Amino acid sequence: MQSGTFHTTYASDVSLRPYWPQRIRIVVVLVAALIFPWFADRYWLNLANTIAIAAIGAIGLNILVGYTGQISIGHGGFLAVGAYTAGLLAVHLGTPMWLTIPIASFFTAAVGAFFGLPSLRLKGLYLAIATLASQEIIIWLLTHGKLLGIGESLSLPRATNNLFGLPIEWLGNNDFAFYWICLVFLIFTVIFVSNLFRTRTGRAFVAIRDQDIAAQVIGVDLFRYKLLAFATSSFFAGLAGALTAHYRGVISWERFTIDTSILYLAMIIIGGLGSVSGSIYGAAFMVLLPAFLSNIARALSGIVPDINSYLPYLQQGAFGLAIILFLIFEPEGIVKMWRNVKDYFRLWPFSY
Amino acid sequence: MDRFIQLALSGIANGAIFALVALGFVLIYKSSDVINFAQGELLLIGAYLTYAMVEQFGLWWPVGVIVAVVLAALVGVLIEQLVLRPLIGEPVISVIMVTIGLSSLLRAIVGAIWGTTPRPAPQFLPTDTVTILGANVSIDRIWAFVLAITLFVILTLFFRYSREGIAMRAVADDQQAALSMGISVKKVWAVAWAIAAITAAVGGILLMSIFGGVSGTIARVGLIVFPVVILGGLDSIPGAIIGGLIIGLLQSFAGGYLPPEWGLGEVVPFIVLLLILLVRPYGLFGQRIIERV
Repeated sequence: MQSGTFHTTYASDVSLRPYWPQRIRIVVVLVAALIFPWFADRYWLNLANTIAIAAIGAIGLNILVGYTGQISIGHGGFLAVGAYTAGLLAVHLGTPMWLTIPIASFFTAAVGAFFGLPSLRLKGLYLAIATLASQEIIIWLLTHGKLLGIGESLSLPRATNNLFGLPIEWLGNNDFAFYWICLVFLIFTVIFVSNLFRTRTGRAFVAIRDQDIAAQVIGVDLFRYKLLAFATSSFFAGLAGALTAHYRGVISWERFTIDTSILYLAMIIIGGLGSVSGSIYGAAFMVLLPAFLSNIARALSGIVPDINSYLPYLQQGAFGLAIILFLIFEPEGIVKMWRNVKDYFRLWPFSY
Repeated sequence: MDRFIQLALSGIANGAIFALVALGFVLIYKSSDVINFAQGELLLIGAYLTYAMVEQFGLWWPVGVIVAVVLAALVGVLIEQLVLRPLIGEPVISVIMVTIGLSSLLRAIVGAIWGTTPRPAPQFLPTDTVTILGANVSIDRIWAFVLAITLFVILTLFFRYSREGIAMRAVADDQQAALSMGISVKKVWAVAWAIAAITAAVGGILLMSIFGGVSGTIARVGLIVFPVVILGGLDSIPGAIIGGLIIGLLQSFAGGYLPPEWGLGEVVPFIVLLLILLVRPYGLFGQRIIERV
């Protein structure tokens, strides 16, 4: 039985996953991810892509909320900035996807840093309300975008969905091709963010979350690191937004309202604050919950004839109820539940 | 000039309703440090309960309104008992999120019962217009204003002279001290939620009458309370009133004088909100306890 963490080499001390069960698990998950698309139909591929994109956005939000402790209700707005930047570039300049996605991410990072400025003076719920205001302002800019030359909705030319000149149809149909693109970006995000919190910058973020005054006393530049946290978080929001734009082909502002911000907050709360894997679990939970409910409704439609007309309320109610129940019974989220299960089996049969 | 007065009067009337909603919000924040994102849904519940009582059960409207308000107060207490009570002492984000979850749940329940198609509101406030200073104002807006002011006066008196009101102020000031003086903090929170639900219900009824119908858009007004309470100060009751009036006027003037295709009426409150937060986060009348880093 494992009784503690004993590193005997520097290499094992600094490695991200030091134990062989963890490594086996990663291999299993990766293999599953690699063979999944060959067996899944387009419905499941679509769900998987939605989860992957949502997970990227949720990890981004978790950097800000879970690791740096700055509450943001403006993530939907940043997703919108990413999506519209990519969309406008693709529509007006015909820029291909492999260029629009990084440009949109960096631009969103800049916008995020700008809207992070109030965080220098505000914290806690005041900051939450300030980000709520930025959300409303961004959405207003989009809905009245005629002034800025932005239409209310954009449809991206299919031709811009190419990688270094190769059209993505080369990989297969739209869902199948985007599965690989989303997977690559998700893996990049996971590795980047997992390592981020082992660096000076990431440690500074965590210090700000735990005690901002103490962090400042030991020399963490709050101005710099708070803005950096907003920028990093928005970078991934922009990435997720740009991926959404290219994947769906059509974007409109309705996709990025305050409800989206709340959905992302719910993902990281339910998944687990301050946890990369938790963000993925939360994203999966929040995408699968409505899909699961609509499947149940379809199955029951023979028995309960009106169920389909109640489906939107069922989904909305389940969403709210899930948040409330998780916060009351397991505030640390799915990650904690998973850890409890693991602990149970590790200690079994001697549970004390 | 007519246009100015017209806009000012409609701004004041809207502002009075914002103030009512903000009042409930401030009350909850003051006594329990909870930011209630479900305030808009409390409006919705008040409006739909009144609709159900008057139109669906056919009660005489004063009775219907009273029954609806009492039911709304019960909903408020129930929410406090079931949802907020277990989260005492949890971090700010948990409390914010639980009220957000609550708002989604309440909206779903209202939607499942009454659907999303707007329904005509029971007409019990007169809809005639009167001319004040050369501007036409419909009487229901005057009613809204008068009711808001009346409720404000009642609440002020309640806080100043009644036993419960003083207990609530004590809890708002210092929970520990209040507890050691034998005040039941739990009871105070229940009362705070009940009053918040009542003010929201009255606001909802007035909005229903002004919009001429009940629909989900009423809950949208719940978002506007944030600029209002931040402007007035999160923990200040006069602040809620004055903030409500200022935001109401601003919205009305911005919507009326600036080109309508800009649609600035909706966003101006939020721009003001950001500016206020940057310059004076505790608002016009709030306590300066904000911690700055």
